[in-house]
Amino acid sequence: MAEAGVWSTYFYPLFLTVGYILAIVVPLMLVLAFITYFERKVWAAIQLRKGPNVVGPFGLLQPVADGIKCLFKETIVPAGANRALFVMAPMVTFSLGLIGWAVIPFDEHLVLADLNVGLLYLFAVSSLGVYGIIIAGWASNSKYAFLGALRSAAQMVSYEVSIGFVLVTVLLCVGSLNLNDIVEAQRGLWFFIPLFPMFVIYIVSALAETNRTPFDLPEAEGELVAGYQVEYSSMTWLLFMMGEYANIVLLSGLSVILFLGGWLPPFHVEPLTSVPGVVWFLLKTAVVVFIFTWTRATLPRYRYDQLMRLGWKVFLPASLAMVVIVAGALHAFDWLPR
Amino acid sequence: MIIQTIMFYVFAVVTVGAGVMVIASRNPVHSVLFLILAFFNSAGLFVMMGAEFLAMILIIVYVGAVAVLFLFVVMMLNINFAELRAGFLQYLPIGGVIGVILLAELVMVFASGAIDIEVPTKVASPTPPADEVSNTQALGDVLYTRYAYLFQGAGFILLIAMVGAIVLTHRRRSDVRRQRIADQVARDPKAAVQVTDIEPGAEGTWKSD
Repeated sequence: MAEAGVWSTYFYPLFLTVGYILAIVVPLMLVLAFITYFERKVWAAIQLRKGPNVVGPFGLLQPVADGIKCLFKETIVPAGANRALFVMAPMVTFSLGLIGWAVIPFDEHLVLADLNVGLLYLFAVSSLGVYGIIIAGWASNSKYAFLGALRSAAQMVSYEVSIGFVLVTVLLCVGSLNLNDIVEAQRGLWFFIPLFPMFVIYIVSALAETNRTPFDLPEAEGELVAGYQVEYSSMTWLLFMMGEYANIVLLSGLSVILFLGGWLPPFHVEPLTSVPGVVWFLLKTAVVVFIFTWTRATLPRYRYDQLMRLGWKVFLPASLAMVVIVAGALHAFDWLPR
Repeated sequence: MIIQTIMFYVFAVVTVGAGVMVIASRNPVHSVLFLILAFFNSAGLFVMMGAEFLAMILIIVYVGAVAVLFLFVVMMLNINFAELRAGFLQYLPIGGVIGVILLAELVMVFASGAIDIEVPTKVASPTPPADEVSNTQALGDVLYTRYAYLFQGAGFILLIAMVGAIVLTHRRRSDVRRQRIADQVARDPKAAVQVTDIEPGAEGTWKSD
C-alpha cells in the first residue's frame, strides 16, 4: 500500500505536470520554427518578393533546413571570452522565453499554473529578459557585443517602466492579478476599446522590450553587426533566436489576454461561441504577431536619443497620467471591481 | 511534505552559498551574478512561505531593476584587481575584530534569550490563510489603508532623493544641438520649401535666399 501512496502522491503528479509542460512546449517550438517562415513570407509579400519557396512545397520546410544548418555548424567560443557565462547567456534567454507560458491561459482554466499573481509573474519574467543579452555582451569580450548589450539594458529597463503602468491600469479595471480573472472581466467589453491609449503604449513598449524594429538598436546590424549576438554561432545563436521569438509570441499572447479578450469570441452569438477558446486565443495572438512583423517590414530604426526620449518623456508621463485618470474614473463612477 | 522540506533546504543552501560567493568571488561581475542567484532563491523561499506577491516583487524590483543597474555599473568600471587586493592584509586585523565583535553580540543575544527562537512556532502563519484572503489583498489592506500616511511619506522621501540626484548631476550643455520635436512639428511648410518654375535649358534662373 505504501508504494501505491508514493505513486499517487509523487510520481503521478510529476508525470502529469511533465506531460502538461510537453503539451505546451512542443507545439510552441513548432510555432517558433514556423514563425520565421511566416515572417519571411509576410516581408516578401510587403516588398513584392516571393520569399522562401525552394525547400519543400511553398518553401514550408525552410525552417527545418535552417535548423539543421545551425545544428551542424561549429560552436565557436572566442578567445578571452568567459566560457561559462558565454554559453549560459543564450540558455537564459531561451528558458525565459519558455517559462512565461506556464501561466498563460489558452482557454477557460486551460492553464498549467493558475497563479494568483500571474500578471506579476509574467512581468518578472519579461524583466529578466535583459540578463541574457547583457551577459552575452559582457562574456563575448567584444566591443560590438558589449555596446549592443549596454544599449539593450538601457532600452529594456526604460520601456519596462511604461509596461508596468499599462499593467497597473488593466488590473485596476479587473481587481485581480490572475490572468483568468483578467480575461473573464472582458466578457462585456474588450479592454482595448476603453483603454485604447494604453493598448498602443503596450504594443510599442513590447516592440522595444523584445528588441524589434523600429527599436532593434541592440542588434543594429548596420553599425554593430548584430550587437550582442555577434560572437555567437550554431546552437547558441539558434537559442538566442528561438528565445527572441518565444518572447515575441509571449508578449503577443499577453497583449491578447490584457486587451483583446483572451479566449473569448468577439461576439457572443451562436456560430462564434461554439468555436473552442483555444482557437480564438491563437488567432488573436497570430494577429498581434503579424503586427510585429508588419512593423518590421515598414518602419526604419529609431535613433538612440529618440528612443530614450519616447520611453522616458512621452510614454512614462502618458502612462502615469492614464493610471491616475483610469483610477479616478473608476472611483468617480463607482466602477471599481469588488 | 517531504518535497517541501527538500526544496526548502535546496533554496536555503543555495541562498547562503551564493551569498558567500558574492564576497568571495574575485570577479565583480560574478559577484553581482551570485547576488542575483541569492535573490532568486530568497524569492523561492518566499513562495514556499505562501508569500507569492513578495516573491514576485523581489524578482521584479531587485533582480529586474536594481541588479541590472549594478551589473551595468560593474561592467563599465575598469577595476584593477591587484590594487584592490593590495590592502587586504593591512585591513585584515581590524576587519577580523569587527567580525568577532558582531559574532559575540549575536551569540549573547541568542544565548540570553532576548530573542525567542521558538517564535515561528508560536505566532500564527505570517500570511493569512490563502483561501480566505489572497496575500496581494492582505498586503494592500495593511499598506494602503492602515499605514497609508507612512507609505506616502516613504514615497515622498524617495521622490526627493530622486529629484536631488537629478539636480546634482544635471548639467546643461551648450555645445550640442538637440532635436526639438515641437519646433519641427510647428514649422510652416510654406517657409521651408520654395517651389520655382525653371525654364528648361535656361541658366541662372535658380536663386536661393
